[in-house]
Amino acid sequence: MWDYSDKVKEHFFNPKNAGAVVDANATGEVGSISCGDALRLTLKVDDDSEVILEAGFQTFGCGSAIASSSVLTEIIKGMTLDEAMKVTNQDIADHLEGLPPEKMHCSVMGREALHAAIANYRGEEWKDDHEEGALICKCFAIDAVMIEEMVWANKLRTVEDVTNFTKAGGGCASCHEDIEAILEKVLAEKGEKFDPTVAPVEAPAKIAAVKTPLTNLQRIKKIEQVLESLRPALMADGGDVELVEVIGNTAYVNMTGACNGCQMAAMTIAGIQQRLMEVMGEFIKVVPATEMAKLVNIGVA
Amino acid sequence: MSDIYLDNNATTKVDPVVVDAMIPYFLEQYGNPSSIHKFADGVARGLKQARQQVQALIGCEHDSEIIFTSCGTESNSTALLSAIKAQPNKKEIITTTVEHPAILSLCDYLEKDGYTIHRMPVDKAGRLNLESYKKLLSDQVAIVSVMWANNETGTIFPVAEMAEMANAAGVMFHTDAVQAVGKIPMMLQDTKIDMLSLSGHKLHAPKGIGVLYLRRGTRYRPLLRGGHQERGRRAGTENSASIVGLGKACELALEFIEYENTKVKAMRDRLERGITEQIQHCFVTGDLYNRLPNTTDIAFEYIEGESILMLLNKAGIAASSGSACTSGSLEPSHVMRAMDIPYTAAHGTIRFSFSRYNSMSEVDEVLKVMPGIVATLRKLSPYWDGNGPVADPEKAFAPTYA
Repeated sequence: MWDYSDKVKEHFFNPKNAGAVVDANATGEVGSISCGDALRLTLKVDDDSEVILEAGFQTFGCGSAIASSSVLTEIIKGMTLDEAMKVTNQDIADHLEGLPPEKMHCSVMGREALHAAIANYRGEEWKDDHEEGALICKCFAIDAVMIEEMVWANKLRTVEDVTNFTKAGGGCASCHEDIEAILEKVLAEKGEKFDPTVAPVEAPAKIAAVKTPLTNLQRIKKIEQVLESLRPALMADGGDVELVEVIGNTAYVNMTGACNGCQMAAMTIAGIQQRLMEVMGEFIKVVPATEMAKLVNIGVA
Repeated sequence: MSDIYLDNNATTKVDPVVVDAMIPYFLEQYGNPSSIHKFADGVARGLKQARQQVQALIGCEHDSEIIFTSCGTESNSTALLSAIKAQPNKKEIITTTVEHPAILSLCDYLEKDGYTIHRMPVDKAGRLNLESYKKLLSDQVAIVSVMWANNETGTIFPVAEMAEMANAAGVMFHTDAVQAVGKIPMMLQDTKIDMLSLSGHKLHAPKGIGVLYLRRGTRYRPLLRGGHQERGRRAGTENSASIVGLGKACELALEFIEYENTKVKAMRDRLERGITEQIQHCFVTGDLYNRLPNTTDIAFEYIEGESILMLLNKAGIAASSGSACTSGSLEPSHVMRAMDIPYTAAHGTIRFSFSRYNSMSEVDEVLKVMPGIVATLRKLSPYWDGNGPVADPEKAFAPTYA
């Protein structure tokens, strides 16, 4: 069974705003019966203020789909449509105190239903720009369709390439066989052959490995360089990282944007630490900056 | 009311008698069976007895036809890989679309290596067409692997007949009988089955012990080479305590096989009848007239299986589902898809599987809560409107693909 948070269980066992809103003037329907998730969101929007007065959901789906729908209606009630447009799937997951990686798509479905309903109210046509495939990398929640698209778009050739461009395979590494299968398939479609030994498409930003012991200033500069090189991958997911302080061999960082509160944050931090150690050639510990406050407090006490 | 366990096709409780039989092999007779001292001198006897207990349950001719393995999956892999290794010129394998992943994923993998895999389809009741099977048999086929009983629906395949047909065509026959052993009587020596897999934890023995039955004279190549254990057919120090436990469990299974087919079946039938009478828009999947006595798989339309399981779990009832969400994949169970069960029902399938530890009062308890659970979820479903499904559900709610 999934390790659902108490919040998910609360919203599943006692869903809020279940059923269709009477006199709704906005409806969004998303999902796919074949995937086992489908959601209809109905809203009553005040025509003058564009404030969402009521929201109701009807969901065919698993526990986290129902919980995501329920919490979504709670989040958006009282918001203006413009405010509601800013709600992300991460907000939905955060309100549920996190979702298992396999279930993040439930929060995505919530956001999409919301966008579809708002488009419906405004008389626009809503287009789904995202197709979902089988989950490949469970550490970073990357699906097959995403990997395939990146392989096509960036002419990726190896598992290392795929990890550099999508993060897939950068955690526990148990999906590498599946990633190789995708590479074989896409390369075959392009009339090429998969060869695990070819050089990476675009070597990750060249940062010279360090030889001699570093001064603290050199260390900080080097860490900044490495973080800079990792930033594009994080930003692709709507997140970012900021270096707060370096004390000895410990780097304190702030995970910001979508990384903030994401269940993957711990995994991402471990990945950053790994990369830093590779480049610096010495042991570096990466710790969330929130831990630094605790450290200081203990020091004071 | 204590918690109710109706997930016995997933795994079973170890019988306390089995645990008792195992304990001396942890604490006293813990010597390596190959050693010559008093910590080991009883182990060989224990293993021999276990082999005979397994032999009695499956009705094979010799106890040396029993090879102890670590699990059903190992037995399955050993069987298929042995067949292709021993007959390198044969490049085809016949199996079915509804096998356990232990067979299907291995076949997918072998397909990449150039093997042709014939995956026989099933009809809406989960049955095979033996006419088309006959046409597939040829001297190109290394092995046929067909499950004795399906883990999701309990549907029984005519493996004895299929083994005869394979034998007549000179083709090796393997059956994954993990769900069938101990639930239905079998007498392997009267069949042409060459290899059979069974798993301890499905019949009240511990997890981590399995058996490959290998008919004497069947060409064989071990998966694990090394020591002389299992006559060199499966190297690795014997899991003596678990082997003894499996032996005891087989002895008990043989004792209870009639109970299984009368009392356990009666519980299953009562639950099935009660649910289908009380709840609209649900149906039993599989071949209703040719099933394991302990299994019922019911599709509840317009609602999703994981949600049902979560509400059942809250009510203290354990079962399984073929929905996509419970496995983390996007598709519902391959068995439901193979039987062409519509998506609106396939995602809402719940399997209740009994054992001799269940009781009629537990059945009544499930019957008490099930209608409420289904009604609660249907109230939330966009495919349900008050007292029935919306007219033409697939059209009335046709969302953008997301």
